[in-house]
Amino acid sequence: MSESRQSDPNASLIARVWRSVFRGPILPESDRDRKWIVFNTLLLHARPIRVPASTIRYTHTFGLGGMSLLLVLLLMGSGALLMLAYEPSSQGAHDSLASLERDVLFGRLVRSVHYWSANLVVFALCLHVLRVLLTGAFRGPRQFNWIVGLSLLACVLLSNFTGYLLPWDQDSYWAVTIVTGMVEYVPLVGGWLQRVIRSGAEIGTSTILTFYALHTTFVPGALIALMALHFWRVRKAGGVVRPDVPGAGRPETVLFLPNLLIREVAVALTLIACVLALAMVFPAALGEAANPGMSPNPAKAPWYFMGFQELLLHFDPVFAVLVIPVVVAAGLLSLPYLRCEAAREGNWFLSDTGRRTTGVAALLGLVATPAWIVIDEFLIDPAASLPGIPPVLSYGALPFAILLGVVVGFFVFVKRRYGAGDSESIQAVFILLGTVFSILTLIGVWFRGKGMALKWPWNL
Amino acid sequence: MEATQSPGSAPSRRRFLTALWVALGGVAFTELVWIAISFLRPSLRRSSRIEIGAIVSAGPVERFAPGSVTAFRDGKFYLVRLEDGGFLALHRKCTHLGCTVPWIAEEGRFACPCHASAFDLRGDVLNPPAPRALDLFPVRIENGIVKVDVTAPIRRLAFDPSQVVRA
Repeated sequence: MSESRQSDPNASLIARVWRSVFRGPILPESDRDRKWIVFNTLLLHARPIRVPASTIRYTHTFGLGGMSLLLVLLLMGSGALLMLAYEPSSQGAHDSLASLERDVLFGRLVRSVHYWSANLVVFALCLHVLRVLLTGAFRGPRQFNWIVGLSLLACVLLSNFTGYLLPWDQDSYWAVTIVTGMVEYVPLVGGWLQRVIRSGAEIGTSTILTFYALHTTFVPGALIALMALHFWRVRKAGGVVRPDVPGAGRPETVLFLPNLLIREVAVALTLIACVLALAMVFPAALGEAANPGMSPNPAKAPWYFMGFQELLLHFDPVFAVLVIPVVVAAGLLSLPYLRCEAAREGNWFLSDTGRRTTGVAALLGLVATPAWIVIDEFLIDPAASLPGIPPVLSYGALPFAILLGVVVGFFVFVKRRYGAGDSESIQAVFILLGTVFSILTLIGVWFRGKGMALKWPWNL
Repeated sequence: MEATQSPGSAPSRRRFLTALWVALGGVAFTELVWIAISFLRPSLRRSSRIEIGAIVSAGPVERFAPGSVTAFRDGKFYLVRLEDGGFLALHRKCTHLGCTVPWIAEEGRFACPCHASAFDLRGDVLNPPAPRALDLFPVRIENGIVKVDVTAPIRRLAFDPSQVVRA
């Protein structure tokens, strides 16, 4: 088709150069053109020519994976600009950002876009994990991609955490102090690990340099490699999981261009507009420069780690920072490999039973978590009521065993009461745990005032 | 053909060479990991070097009233003079997660702003979650001058009379 246009010897030089760059149609006029463009464009040829019609509905995936990708791209763009202004040292860091905001055109906007994208990407990824969980899209060919996805989430959290220190204001200094303080409670290697992470006994220029290198080189490199693997595996699995339509044969398909691409572009443009609006209306804060001599009251971890800080108020540190996170992470990683009878996938909540048990799980987490926190805060004191027993048991192993009992009991309850299958029961357990952690995070962020005492948000 | 034989029946020379390559690859990988770790090792970094051997002269013994707490911001410690006249140098870092604990004179205790841990004059835990008493720095009294060695804090579980230094 393009053969004749390309080799026309009488065309002008400009036309011939143009043809050498764009070898086919740019504005497609027929489906044949559209297929040609998808197949022969670097960025588009990673996508299929045709996609199942049932998967392009927005509410099937809510475009969360694509949104996360776009936010990571925004982060890389804005981050590259910030690197031109930032000085990684304890003397220069805060000043360099203050002068960026004061003296550079759009300096504050770029920093705010970076800030908002970083926060939103954690949010979008959590919702993406939730979508994959609730549509059972981690079975069959997607098993390993669930692991890759969780690794991506870990990379993004590490990237956020290392970036949190860099402004070197009071919030960042003390948040990193607290989170690296948690590391010390890892048995045996905790102290060593803490010194390696901090690059010394104290948080200072060495820490900034380590975090800066991780934040701008190592983690983005890992992110790019893992993202490539993740998207390639999505394509190899035949695209996103298809809604399960009983009795359907071969799925009806539509052209990727324009049907899916136009939806993706619409989501992308809306998201960019939202990020810009947020960055303009609520610019990123730059507090007072870090002062190692004075902890602010209260001193809190970044919001995505507040769930752990809240756990620390209720559990012995060994359980809060090691046992519980390791057990939950092991559960998440093994999820695709759990044996299930009559495994389901494709539809939201898997089935009508799944819809009901998800609701029950969320409701239980919503009611039980605040109740447990209030009881633990005001009514019982395990260390005092069980004298003579070391706190690691009374304050760690015992409540952990109770928690484990509740989870197992809930699993059995869901199976018996609602006749849920394995898939639905496992889903319900993870929804329960996810709800509990979300509530812990919310309470930590909005309901903890001076000295981490429980307060109403309007009294903070 | 030899190349299509199953691994079990491969000639011993080929098996040996394959094992050698795998071993060499393992050595190369170990070297890379070793290099990365040596780059991360904190002892090589500047900030941890300059603190070694730092001795802070707090001042003459008479300057500190019994039952008083004096903050030394540069040395990151509080010099405590107990009611009986003994001295303790308490690290200002909370033993829970490392926040700086201010001395609340009206309440007569150190109160951590981060997780509500509290310590008494001697550094003992009044209120968890702090797992142990505030760390100590070694105190010496030379010619009536109180000197504190702030090189490295000393961990302790609880207060013990042997920790007190007297003039």
